[in-house]
Amino acid sequence: MVESVKNWLGQAVPRFEDEALMTGNARFIDDLSPVPGIRHVAILRSPYAHAEIRSIDLAPARELAGVIGAVSGQELMAGLEPLASAVRAPMNYFPMAADKVRYVGEPVALVAAEDRYLAEDAIEAIEVDYEPLGAVVDPIAGQQADAALLHEAVGSNLVHQRTFRYGEPEAAFEAAEHIVRLNWRYPRQSSTPMETYGAIAQFEAAPDRYTIWSNFQGPFILQPLMVRALKIPGNHLRLISAPHSGGSFGIKQGLYPYLVLLAAASRHFGCPLKWIEDRLEHLSASSAAAARADGIEAAFDGNGMLTGLRFANCVDVGAYVRAPEPASVYRMQAASNGSYQVRHIAIENRLVVTNKTPIGLNRGYGGPQFYFGLERAMEVAARRLDLDPAEIRRRNFLPASAFPYDAPGGAVYDAGDYGKGLDMALELTDYPELRARRAAAKAEGRLFGIGLAAGVEPSGSNMAYVTLALTPEERAKAGGRSGGLAAASVSIDPSGSVTVHTDSTPAGQGHATVAAQVAADRLGLEPRDIQVITAIDTQSTAWSLASGNYSNRFAAIEVGAIAESADRIGHKLRRIAGEMLEVAAEDIELAGGRAHVTGAPEQGIALARVAAASHWHPAGLPDDLEPGLDDTTMLSPAVLGAPDEGDRVASAVTFGFLCDLTAVEIDRDTGRIRIDTYVSVHDVGRVLNPIIVEGQIRGGFAHGFGAAMFEDLAYDEAGNFLSGSFADYLCPTAPDLPEVKIGHYETASPQNPLGSKGMGDGSSMLAPAAIANAVADALERDDIELPLTLDRVWRMANELGEGE
Amino acid sequence: MMRLGLGERRRISCTVNGVARSGFAEGRTLLSDFLRHELNLYGTHVGCEHGVCGACTVILDSRLARSCGTLAMQADGAEITTIEGLGDSDREPALREAFSRHGALQCGFCTAGVLLSVKHFLQHNPKPSDGEIRDMLSGHLCRCTGYEGMVRAIAEVAEGQP
Repeated sequence: MVESVKNWLGQAVPRFEDEALMTGNARFIDDLSPVPGIRHVAILRSPYAHAEIRSIDLAPARELAGVIGAVSGQELMAGLEPLASAVRAPMNYFPMAADKVRYVGEPVALVAAEDRYLAEDAIEAIEVDYEPLGAVVDPIAGQQADAALLHEAVGSNLVHQRTFRYGEPEAAFEAAEHIVRLNWRYPRQSSTPMETYGAIAQFEAAPDRYTIWSNFQGPFILQPLMVRALKIPGNHLRLISAPHSGGSFGIKQGLYPYLVLLAAASRHFGCPLKWIEDRLEHLSASSAAAARADGIEAAFDGNGMLTGLRFANCVDVGAYVRAPEPASVYRMQAASNGSYQVRHIAIENRLVVTNKTPIGLNRGYGGPQFYFGLERAMEVAARRLDLDPAEIRRRNFLPASAFPYDAPGGAVYDAGDYGKGLDMALELTDYPELRARRAAAKAEGRLFGIGLAAGVEPSGSNMAYVTLALTPEERAKAGGRSGGLAAASVSIDPSGSVTVHTDSTPAGQGHATVAAQVAADRLGLEPRDIQVITAIDTQSTAWSLASGNYSNRFAAIEVGAIAESADRIGHKLRRIAGEMLEVAAEDIELAGGRAHVTGAPEQGIALARVAAASHWHPAGLPDDLEPGLDDTTMLSPAVLGAPDEGDRVASAVTFGFLCDLTAVEIDRDTGRIRIDTYVSVHDVGRVLNPIIVEGQIRGGFAHGFGAAMFEDLAYDEAGNFLSGSFADYLCPTAPDLPEVKIGHYETASPQNPLGSKGMGDGSSMLAPAAIANAVADALERDDIELPLTLDRVWRMANELGEGE
Repeated sequence: MMRLGLGERRRISCTVNGVARSGFAEGRTLLSDFLRHELNLYGTHVGCEHGVCGACTVILDSRLARSCGTLAMQADGAEITTIEGLGDSDREPALREAFSRHGALQCGFCTAGVLLSVKHFLQHNPKPSDGEIRDMLSGHLCRCTGYEGMVRAIAEVAEGQP
């Protein structure tokens, strides 16, 4: 193993991405013009939540000067197969509506024109005759017999239902001394990256093939889905990432139906097409986190030990189940004990279609909704059992000796010490003093409360966990599924400079910097000497189904692939240098840009010369060494096996831990919540770059805070969309956010050679529960729902109902 | 007053980052589109096209302007500073260095607009409080960072010491 002179990992290396971003030199999708003759697309969208399309008159649009053409969904979709998902109910999801619209914003027609202004003019000229239908906006009401049906062929709006049982939940509830029951609604939210969707699609004939430049983020398991929809071989759909992506948080997964749409339209019109989503399109019709109507039951013994859990999850999926959904409700299932010892768990998952935009990846992906239930239940139990909320969690935490831990749902927790994290949170808040301030405030009649939330952060997904949506028999029939494959390449060119390719398509997470740190340590170089390409080109870079930027997979899996290839290149360099210096490869060290004899730095040779030898003089290499320096690693962590017959699955490769503790005071007169204290403690394994880790923690908190306090993609009872601008959908601004104290500690993950765990969702998963718990404590009531808007909190603080 | 029909364009001349530039625009062409697609200055980003997110902020005749809410016609004869024009003058290199060190940017999509606002802000308020910095930043949406790194970086540069 190479011992680097300097260890770049763990250092606060400023990001190499930054300079281009701060000088206007970083290129995003709307900056690109990769082929000549690009025309611009505008999409006509449904103004109705639910309606039959009687007719579409495209002629007025086609007549306008500068318009290349106009096409309806009916015409364009006829040549495509529907986009499949793991839910087999016959919903026939196409990128554009053909005969019926099912949500406001659903595409119905498309125009290509010389510029976007003209394309927008043209879609306004299109006349569509709709026959409006009743709308379904509520996932509970949507299951009733009199509800309008979205998909007639399915025969019900309940499109998926499965129940699961881990351990002996019935016995646990029978023996319980206390049972906490909660039911609540969770609102629909969106992470709203500042850059919207964008794509350029080019069709070429003979043979038919498509090239698409876009800010699609993966997972690239969706590439074979697109291929199937377009009815072409996989190597005829080339996806190329823009060099930079302006944020994603999962949302840019939902771009893929538009890539199919633009590909088909490019073929239809015979020219390359560009579409940049505008903000109204993004808010109304891109993707969103699931609204849910969930319930939880938690069984406790007399000592406050959590002995059983029952989850009743009801997911409002929107109008279609768009792959990789229903993954959001299955992501946490294998870890549905959270950070606790409980072994007896029952789960019911129901998916209900409604007249809203389909849900998809969004920061935390199923985590915020899951922890809202579990951590609210723990808080309520603490109050009922008269236990301190910190104490009830401490009693139930998995002990540090438990790792690796085989969780009831099949997750294998790699490493942790949860009690230590809680201790750190208590220390950072000066918890005894905080409790005393709470008592004093309550004695004065003030609305002051403390809220706690703790949980694990799954990272590096098993691509097979979504197949929990199938029964074991269906899974067996479908063929084996497992793994979370990462690809990385390391190469050295003839002049001796190093290039790393990753398959991680980042959108601001600094992967290029960390990849350079990883490779630099292993090759004895400076990170800034290493060029890192993070944009995928499916025709020229290594990739597989799990490629992409989601589920915190970079620090969980990808870094291991980079390290492996760098090590093989390093080994080869030492072999060549050993020949040159006439010592054994084992006696060569790579450091400071040189290969030298261990213990004798003066006996060395520049790495560039060693590398050059493999290109310029292959005949001079040792007989068993292949020429060139180019190594690709494709690895899938062994732990990520297939789901078993009991529906247990190792859903992710690393499990970080976080604990958020907050205190709030509510102004009874205005309903305003003042965050008095907020502390967030994290174990993300070995920290690879503290600047990036802190940035992810603060960003994750901002998303969680926004979700707790004001974010809501609202629809009215008729399915009209009410949050179409940033004046309606409120995101946190700088003055909104409270001070957050961050605590760090590390338990090294054995799942990759660096000891790092994935991270990035962080407090986006826990802040909603922690803040809700604090508000519940302040108001001394259990019926807390999000967002905690002024109006809602004011009503609760003054014991008023809706409309009073 | 000049009248332009639909589809008619006229030449717009302005000084951008100290250089005389010109290009064509319709009456309805947004300044953001003119800068990006006519002058090929792609560093100005468009995040919402309704004047809330601040990503497209430029300095127009010494005032901050949302280029998505400004017509190209309004910039005829004007002096404009975009992200490409922030270089080695004033505290700009220090600001970039501090932004990077404090993690004040991630995806960087909002950053161009933020940096132009900061430049303008520090010219008018050289010693701001943290509260004033946060108020200024309220004109910009960033979904990546939680703003903390920006506040620290701006405060540090304003104090003139790292």
